[in-house]
Amino acid sequence: MDILQLVIVGMVVGSIIGLGAMGLTLTFGVLKFANFAHADLMTLGMYLAFFVIVDVGIVGGHVGPFSFGWGMIPAVLFAWGGVAAFTVGVDRFVFRPLRRRETDFLSIGIASLGVAIALQAVVQAIWGSAPLRYHSEIHRALTFAGGLKIKPDQILIIGLTLAMAVALYLLLHRTRLGTAMRATSDNAPLAEASGIDTERVRIATWVIASAMTAVAGVMFALQSQLRFDAGFEFLLLPMFAAVILGGIGNPWGALVGGLIVGISQELSTEWINTGFKPGVPFLLLILILIVRPRGLFGSETQWST
Amino acid sequence: MTALLEVEEVTAGYGTVMIVHEVSIRLEAGELVTIIGPNGAGKSTLLKAIFGLLPIRDGRVQLGGDTVTDESPSRMVRLGASFVPQTENVFPSLTIRENLEMGAYQLSRGVRRRIDEVLDLFPELSERTGEQAARLSGGQRQALAIARSLMLDPKLLLLDEPTAALSPVRRREIFDRLMAIRERGVALLMVEQNAREALAISDRAYVLVDGRNAHEQPGPEMLANPEVGRLFLGLDSVEDGETDPGGV
Amino acid sequence: MLPVDAFTSLAGEAPALLPPLITFGGSVNWTVGFLTTAAIFAIAALALNVQWGYTGTINFGVVAFFGVGAYTSALLTLDAPGEFESYVGGLELAIPIGWVGGMVAGGVLALLVGLPTLRLRDDFLAIATIGIATILRSIANAQEGLVNRARGLNGIPRPLEGFANDMGVDYDLVLLVLTSGVLLMVFLVVRGATASPWGRVLRAIRENEATAQSVGKMTTSYRIQSFVLGGALMGLAGAIFAHRIGTIAPDSFDNLTTFLVWTMVIVGGSGNNRGVMLGALVVGFVWFGLPLIQEELPDFLGTRVFMLRRIAIGLLIIAFVLTRPQGLLGEEPRVSRFAPRGDGGGGLWPTGLWSRIRGQPGGGAA
Repeated sequence: MDILQLVIVGMVVGSIIGLGAMGLTLTFGVLKFANFAHADLMTLGMYLAFFVIVDVGIVGGHVGPFSFGWGMIPAVLFAWGGVAAFTVGVDRFVFRPLRRRETDFLSIGIASLGVAIALQAVVQAIWGSAPLRYHSEIHRALTFAGGLKIKPDQILIIGLTLAMAVALYLLLHRTRLGTAMRATSDNAPLAEASGIDTERVRIATWVIASAMTAVAGVMFALQSQLRFDAGFEFLLLPMFAAVILGGIGNPWGALVGGLIVGISQELSTEWINTGFKPGVPFLLLILILIVRPRGLFGSETQWST
Repeated sequence: MTALLEVEEVTAGYGTVMIVHEVSIRLEAGELVTIIGPNGAGKSTLLKAIFGLLPIRDGRVQLGGDTVTDESPSRMVRLGASFVPQTENVFPSLTIRENLEMGAYQLSRGVRRRIDEVLDLFPELSERTGEQAARLSGGQRQALAIARSLMLDPKLLLLDEPTAALSPVRRREIFDRLMAIRERGVALLMVEQNAREALAISDRAYVLVDGRNAHEQPGPEMLANPEVGRLFLGLDSVEDGETDPGGV
Repeated sequence: MLPVDAFTSLAGEAPALLPPLITFGGSVNWTVGFLTTAAIFAIAALALNVQWGYTGTINFGVVAFFGVGAYTSALLTLDAPGEFESYVGGLELAIPIGWVGGMVAGGVLALLVGLPTLRLRDDFLAIATIGIATILRSIANAQEGLVNRARGLNGIPRPLEGFANDMGVDYDLVLLVLTSGVLLMVFLVVRGATASPWGRVLRAIRENEATAQSVGKMTTSYRIQSFVLGGALMGLAGAIFAHRIGTIAPDSFDNLTTFLVWTMVIVGGSGNNRGVMLGALVVGFVWFGLPLIQEELPDFLGTRVFMLRRIAIGLLIIAFVLTRPQGLLGEEPRVSRFAPRGDGGGGLWPTGLWSRIRGQPGGGAA
C-alpha cells in the first residue's frame, strides 16, 4: 500500500512537471530553442498569483474542500497574463532580434539563461527568500480504503492537468492557429513562404504556453511552497527530462514524460536515499538521450498524434 | 505592355557575400521560363531574392507593375506570387489536407472548395488527404508542394528544381503537371538541373553563370544550340541523354 | 570594509555556512583578495573557452568540474577524518599532488560525461550538463561517509603558508603571486594548444561539423579531448579555490558559479584567451565589487545587493549576446561563434542553421 501511495504522490508531482513541460515543449517546438528560463517563468507565475491572493488580499473564503478560495481564479488569470506579457516582451526585445540575425539557436538558449538568472533574482528581491504559502490553514487529506491519503488540491491538480492537455490538443488539431503553430514548428521558412505570419504565430505560442506555465507554477506552490529558487532546484531538469522523454514538440509526450519522471522520482524513495531523488530525472534524461534521443513517442516528425 | 515579373539588375546574396550580380529577367503572364546554369551559378539565390527570402542589395523587382523589391514573402503571396522550395517543401507532420490549408492561410473563405479544385490536378493526393505528408514518396511530396503553392490561385509560380532527385518517370509527371498549370494561365519561373527536359517545355530560358546573365533564348532553340550545351550545361552533346548534371 | 569571505562564498547568499577566515592576517586588502579570486575564475574561464569558445561544446555544468577538483584535492591533502567527521581520503599528501589530483578528477569526470553525451545535439548537451552539478551536489549532501555531507570539509591546508611566515611576508600577496603563476601557466598551455593544428581542428568542428567530418577527422574524439582538457583545468581551478578558502561544503558549489564563468567568457569574447581573462576581471569586479557600494545605495537596493548583482549578471549575458556577441575583445582572426553563418546553398534557408537545430543533414544539393 505504501507503493500505491507513492504512485499517487508521483502522479501529482508528475502532473505539475508534465503541465510545465507541455508549455516548454510547445516553445521548444515552435521557437526551436531550449528555454532555460522556463522553470523561472513558472516561479514568476506562482508569485504573481501570490500577489493577487496575499499582497492585494483577494482571498474569497474557501471553495469546497480545497485549500484556497475564489480569489484563486483572478489570481491564476493574473499570473497567466503576467507571464504572457513577460514572455512576449522578452521575445520582442531579446529572442526576436537574435532570430532575425539568424544566429545559432544555442545563443538564444544562452540569452534565455541570462533571463532566468535575472528573473529569479527579481522575484527574490520583491518577495524575499523565505518560502511562502497562499494560505496558512491546514489542508486535510481525504482518506480512502486501505489508508490511502490524497488531498483535494491534489485531485484538482491531476484533473486540471488532464483538462488542459485536452484543451491544448483541440487547439492544435482543430483550429487554424493550432495548425499554423504545428506548421511553423515543422518548417518555419516554409510557413513563411506560404504566407503565414510566423511572428504572430510565435507570439500566440508564448501566450498559450504561458497559460500552462502559470497554472503549473501555482500548482507547484499548492503542492509544496512558493520558492524563488524552485526553478533550478526542482523544476528545470525534470521538465527537460519530460520534454525529451516525450519527444520535442510533442505535448502529450511531455505529459506522459512528466508522469514517468514524477512517479519514478517518488517511487525511488522506497529503495534509495531520499537525498538522491533529484538524480532520478537526470538518469532518465541521460538514458533516453543515449538510447532514443528523439523520445519515446518521437517519430521522424514532431506532433504525430 | 508591362511584364508580369520584371527583375532589373538585381544583386543579392547571403550576409556580405553576394552571389547574384546585376541579373535581369522578364516574364510575361502565362509564360514558362527556365533558368539553367552550372552549379553555384546563383539560380536558387535569385529565386529566393525575388520572393523576399533573401535581402536584395541592389536592383529592382516588379510584380504586375508594382515594385516589390525586398517585400516579405507573405506580402509576395498576397500579391499573387508563390514559391516551391527545392527541399523540405512540405510540412511533414501535417496531413495532406492540413498542408493545403496552410497554403491557403491568407484565404478566409472557400478553402474547402479550393482544396477540391487543386486536388483535381493531383488525383494521387486526393485519396489520402488524411495522411501525414511524411508518409509520401518523393514524387508525391513534390506534387503536394506544388499543390500547396497553387492554393491561393497565384499568377506567378517560382519553382526551385522541382524534379531534383526524382526518377525519369516521376520527372515526366511533374513536367506534365507544370504544363497543365501553365495552361490555366499561371506563369512559371523555374530553376532546373534537368535542363534538356525543362528546355523542351519552356517558352524561354536564361543561362546564369557565376551569378550573371550569360544568355537568353527561346527554350527549344537553346536546346538545339550546341554552344549552350557545351559551355553552360557541361554537356558534351545535347543528344547524349544520360548526362543530366542534377539527375537522380 | 567587507569580510574577506565575500570572495570565497561564491553564491554570497549564505556566507554563514562558511566560518569566517582568520588566516588573511591583519592585511585584509580588497584588491589583493579580489585579484586572487579573479585569477582562479580566469583559469575556469580559460577552461570553458577551450570547450565552448574553440570547440563549440556547450557545458552548463562548469561548477561540477570545479567542485570535483576542489573535493579531490581537499581529500588528498586533508588529515584523516576526526571524531565527528566522515569522509574518504584524508591522505595528508602534499598540496601540489592534491592539485594534480583535482585536475585528474576534473578530466575523468569530463570523460565520463563526454563519452555518452558529446555525440548529442548541442542543445541536448546543454540540458544534460546542467544536471550534473545538481546530481553531484545531492550525492555530496546525502551520502554518508563520502565527503562529510553538508558539514563540509574543514581545515584544508593552505599552500606556502609556512613559507610566508618564515619570510615574514603578507600571505595574501604570496597567494596572489602563486595563483597568478598558475594562471600564467594555464594561459600558456591553452594558448599553445589552441594555436596548434589540434586547435585548428577544434575550430573547424565548431564552424561546421559536417565539413570537418567529411575531411576525415574524428570529430567526436576531438570534442572529447577538448572537453577533458577543459574539465581538467576547471578541476585545477576548483582545487586552488578549496585550498585558498580552507573550508568547502556542497552548497559552496551552486549553479551561480557556472553562470559567472559563462558570463566571463561571453563578456570577454568566446574564442579569445586574453579576452576571457579580461572577462574574468571585469565580470568579477561587477560581482565582487557591487557589495562594496552596498552602503551607498538606497536602502531598498542596499539590502538586496546580492540579488542586484545576479540581475546584473543576467542582464550582462543578454546584453552581450544581443549587442556584442564577439565580446569585448572578439575572436581574431576568425568570426565569432555567434556571428551569422554563411550559406550552404540549396535549401530554402542557410543549411548550417536549420539542419543543426532540426538534427538533419544539410538542406539539399546546389
